[in-house]
Amino acid sequence: MGEDIKKFMFVNRKAPYGTIYALEALEVVLITAAFDQDVSLAFLDDGVYQLKKGQQTKGIETKNFSPSYRALEGYDVEKLYVEKESMEARGLSEDDLLVDVIVLTSREMGELMEQQDVVLSF
Amino acid sequence: MPNIEVNGKSYETDEEGYLVNLADWNMDVANYIAQSENLNMTDQHWEVIEFLRKYYDEFQIAPAVRVLTKAIGKKLGPEKGNSQYLYELFPYGPGKQACKVAGLPKPTGCI
Amino acid sequence: MLHIINKSPLSSCALESCLRIAQGGDILLIEDAVYAAASGSALEDKIREAMGRFRVHALMPDIDARGFSERVIEGVSKVDYGGFVDLVAANENCQSWL
Repeated sequence: MGEDIKKFMFVNRKAPYGTIYALEALEVVLITAAFDQDVSLAFLDDGVYQLKKGQQTKGIETKNFSPSYRALEGYDVEKLYVEKESMEARGLSEDDLLVDVIVLTSREMGELMEQQDVVLSF
Repeated sequence: MPNIEVNGKSYETDEEGYLVNLADWNMDVANYIAQSENLNMTDQHWEVIEFLRKYYDEFQIAPAVRVLTKAIGKKLGPEKGNSQYLYELFPYGPGKQACKVAGLPKPTGCI
Repeated sequence: MLHIINKSPLSSCALESCLRIAQGGDILLIEDAVYAAASGSALEDKIREAMGRFRVHALMPDIDARGFSERVIEGVSKVDYGGFVDLVAANENCQSWL
């Protein structure tokens, strides 16, 4: 089994409700979690907005899926990376995010990407 | 969309019998669905149903069986947090069957 | 790694983010991203600077379609669909910066 484990990175670059990308990515992550792979999530650019605390979607009649990021730990998906530049460009800090994340510089993020077997972009 | 009739009230379900509106759920509806699944509901069944509803309330998803099993083990102890126990209660799958009774959508990634 | 970009650099930050984060390798500009390969745009300096760290390619059918065949920045490698496939095959991994 051991040698069959691959490093999967899901790259999230879109804000949560304007397009379907973020929700689709989350669903794919939840499904992939069943296959015991080495999964990590990266949040870049507007993707950082997916993790913003305090989302209230009642007014737009759309399901608020942000609490589901907190379920990822139970799915053994524990590596959530946020690019520092993207976060800061949006006036956000770790305290604004609804899950614990690892903040990486652009360079560190790029290096981590290089180490992946599979990169899936959303 | 198919409907189920419980106590003279009509509830919308999908083709597989899952409630469409989460807010429709109540004990009567749960009992009705359980009966149509040939489940003889006991306290142990209800404990799992209650657990699922709380999980959904917190995370907005129905957990995969593996995740449910682990989470139940954490909360209710290892003698309940194993698939044998859960499959004995819900022979057609704790994910599929228990979620249906709990009025939740079918779990994401339920294969 | 092969980085594929398909959005205009003037309407999306995909190219900019790729240049900030990616650590070298190949960049392939396709669809609306080929405007980044045109000389004289506000992006030209960025592309020239990127060519120091990346091999920059552009998909010719997309460039031709947009009327920029004669204005591709020198040093940008022009590829056809076969070249696209070769790039994918030559890299262990690729990422689409959607």
